[in-house]
Amino acid sequence: MTIELKQIIEALLFSAERPLSLKEIRQIIAEATDEENPSTVEGFRNVREAQIAIALEEIKVEFDTQLCSFQLVEIAGGWRLMSRPEYAPWLKKLLDEARPHRLSQPALETLSIVALRQPISRADVAGIRGVEVDGVIRSLLERDLITITGRSDAPGKPLLYGTTQRFLEHFGLRNLDDMPKATELRAQAAALKTAEAKAATPVSENEGQAPTTPQPN
Amino acid sequence: MHSVEADYKVKLEVFEGPLDLLLYLIKKEEVDIYDIPIERITNQYMEYLSLMKLLNLEVAGEFLVMAATLMYIKSRMLLPADQQVTDAEGEEGEDPRWELIRQLVEYKKFKDAALQLGRREEEQSHLFPRQVGDLGFDSQPDQPLAEVGIFDLINAFNQVLKKASEREDFREIYEERFTVSDKIEEILYTLRDRLEMVFSELFENAGSRAEVVVTFLALLELIRLKRLRVQQVEAFGEINVTKVV
Repeated sequence: MTIELKQIIEALLFSAERPLSLKEIRQIIAEATDEENPSTVEGFRNVREAQIAIALEEIKVEFDTQLCSFQLVEIAGGWRLMSRPEYAPWLKKLLDEARPHRLSQPALETLSIVALRQPISRADVAGIRGVEVDGVIRSLLERDLITITGRSDAPGKPLLYGTTQRFLEHFGLRNLDDMPKATELRAQAAALKTAEAKAATPVSENEGQAPTTPQPN
Repeated sequence: MHSVEADYKVKLEVFEGPLDLLLYLIKKEEVDIYDIPIERITNQYMEYLSLMKLLNLEVAGEFLVMAATLMYIKSRMLLPADQQVTDAEGEEGEDPRWELIRQLVEYKKFKDAALQLGRREEEQSHLFPRQVGDLGFDSQPDQPLAEVGIFDLINAFNQVLKKASEREDFREIYEERFTVSDKIEEILYTLRDRLEMVFSELFENAGSRAEVVVTFLALLELIRLKRLRVQQVEAFGEINVTKVV
């Protein structure tokens, strides 16, 4: 039986317990060995990421057209096999206790802020939300949805937070650009920084618009 | 004018913070967020605060700070333009509401993003990855490794100690002080963004027998505290030190 690249990738995805990235798949194929049958394994050594991407797309279409109960999903910087939503009632029954609880509104707000403004300090998150966030930050840390990424140079050297791989997986996001309102809220932060650098000037009262020309001093 | 009943219902809602409450009032009053009628909103805000007190709800400090801000803005709005106060940052001629509006608009966008994120979470909760082991927040991949006993550890420690003694002969002697708690910090720091290290790596930078001993004691303490565990793939093989997550 001749083995195809597509089948190798399918086998990897089938056995993986985390999303596999193009790079990882390429590396695995390049480094795999087989003492009994070296030629087959070596035949795939020089596979390129572009070829893997094509194969992944083909696998995805195959599962979709064959109406499989599972699908190939792009998530958290990689690809992963997941069940289709239609089968949730049975799977929920099967896996009931293992499912984590849904997050609260404050937790979702805090996560949105951390995701789009990372690295960010507690004080800055609190500034945006208008309430103290210590408790929420702690529980998000415990759930491994955010992590400490370093310390700021600001006075007191506060800790800075960022989101984790687990965060992307939990929400089914491919990457941070996949966040709701990503472009808008990031651009706003950048514009705000520029505005602050130019010393605070009044901004036209229009959503998303750049600051008006500075007033002459 | 709205009915008393509607007001009552509205006011019993619990708001997480002052910005939440303000956004709610702006929506309820159907006013333009970019042109907030500050007097009307301030009055409603104060009414809500007194109601909270009346119901013996704990009023968080943030609500009071916002009340003060609103009062300040209100008083500034009352001054004619040519008599506006210029504060230290030279916000001359700026609409006194601007900073608050900017904050509200930004917060509202994050609230909307959070709402959509919540929907994604809901959608995602209907999809299940193939590996059952990866579902929960605290699940761990299966460990095919055998736990290491104290004798294996001492044996490994002995080897490191021997190496350290050989090394020491060629080094200058200077006074060093290491405490076990320093070393605990150091080991945890080394493992801050990875899961495991090999036993010998712990001692790579140890300059003296004393440091090797202290490092080893720190390791034992971390194992006792269940922060770390030690495992090896084969008998007498390399020992792996793994973080307990």
